[in-house]
Amino acid sequence: MFIDYRQDHLKVVREVLSTLVYPVQLAVNMPIKLGRNLSETLVSRKSLMEENSRLREQAHLLNTRLQRFDVIEAENLRLRALLGSTINFQDKVLIAELMAVELEPFRHLIEINKGRRDGVFEGQPVVDGGGIVGQVVHMGQFSSKVLLITDPNHAVPVQINRNGLRTIAVGTGQNNALLLEHLPNNADVKTGDLVVSSGLGQKFPRGYPVGTISEVTHEPGDPFSKVTVIPSARLAQNREVLLLWLSGEEGNHADGETKD
Amino acid sequence: MPQSAHSRSWIIALSLLVALMLTAMPLPEWAVNWRPAWVAMVLIYWCMALPDRVGIGISWTLGLLLDVQQGTVLGQNALGLAVIAFITLKSHQRLRVFPLVQQAFLVCGYILLFQIIVLWIKSMLGIPPMHWSYWMPAFSSMLLWPWIFIILRDVRRKFKVQ
Repeated sequence: MFIDYRQDHLKVVREVLSTLVYPVQLAVNMPIKLGRNLSETLVSRKSLMEENSRLREQAHLLNTRLQRFDVIEAENLRLRALLGSTINFQDKVLIAELMAVELEPFRHLIEINKGRRDGVFEGQPVVDGGGIVGQVVHMGQFSSKVLLITDPNHAVPVQINRNGLRTIAVGTGQNNALLLEHLPNNADVKTGDLVVSSGLGQKFPRGYPVGTISEVTHEPGDPFSKVTVIPSARLAQNREVLLLWLSGEEGNHADGETKD
Repeated sequence: MPQSAHSRSWIIALSLLVALMLTAMPLPEWAVNWRPAWVAMVLIYWCMALPDRVGIGISWTLGLLLDVQQGTVLGQNALGLAVIAFITLKSHQRLRVFPLVQQAFLVCGYILLFQIIVLWIKSMLGIPPMHWSYWMPAFSSMLLWPWIFIILRDVRRKFKVQ
């Protein structure tokens, strides 16, 4: 146990065993997946059409917004070129599906159906449509386990989007709250502020949303205020997540480090 | 008949596999903390019924599989299961003659012990569960024990596993 926890020698053992266990997880996952497929097949025509039109509307909206981002990105690149630093926005992504299996209770772990075979690596950031979900902690050939940002043992380096204030978002063990640690009472934080990843830990990419501040309380006796953040990723509901490969992860590592 | 006894090992393996699957089965939110310790229960049964076939080695291996399946530190469940297998092996003759209810209480005690070991390891790692519902699996296992016992006994008799 000590060796597993402190050192990395048992990684191979874990990987082999987890490949052995994978069929079990798959078997558990199967009926639930079948049920979902069935209920998706049996959706009425009307609701499908409604969903279709809604999605089309949304795609339209997002496309419009994207056009603006394209311009901004181009401008940003140009400015950065002027400053003499390079940054690549194109991160490689892979969609992974959540497996409907329960892992260790009291910890926030999920299992996804992509593993080493798909190039997943330990510590890889995982995001969804809303924001950062967590990072890969264990992996097998075909599946891997992801630690969510809400786990009490997990922390993300973040900054507040409005003013760039840097801090750390620590999991609480509840799946709808994170805490910002060590923010002094006079720090400029407000309810509703967007919190994004700062990329300082070199694990998570910079600028992905983590959550919005839901509550700021000042305890008279405490030097720090208690700031609660609601995660913007749909941690409890999503079925699919995205695995990220940061550009500058392989090869041009020197580039990645001189980003800031 | 050593050969035929050997050929029935798959029954034991299958029951343990089912236990592993039940451990990973998603449950509704309210029932998650009540999930019985399936693997521990099935293991206790086989250690009690066939102490010369299922022992500490198998428990340890099974525990490792459980660790990998659940994403815990390697050896956490292995140690716990090995310890309860050892105790069950020591007391299997007494356990066998107890009435079902008394057995259930004892199984509850064994699983509590298992959970104490796991809790001990977890708190050493700095991730204690800190909630009273951590202990619930022992009690739900106690309630389910008579059924598990009867089902596994019937399976064992039907297939003449010995």
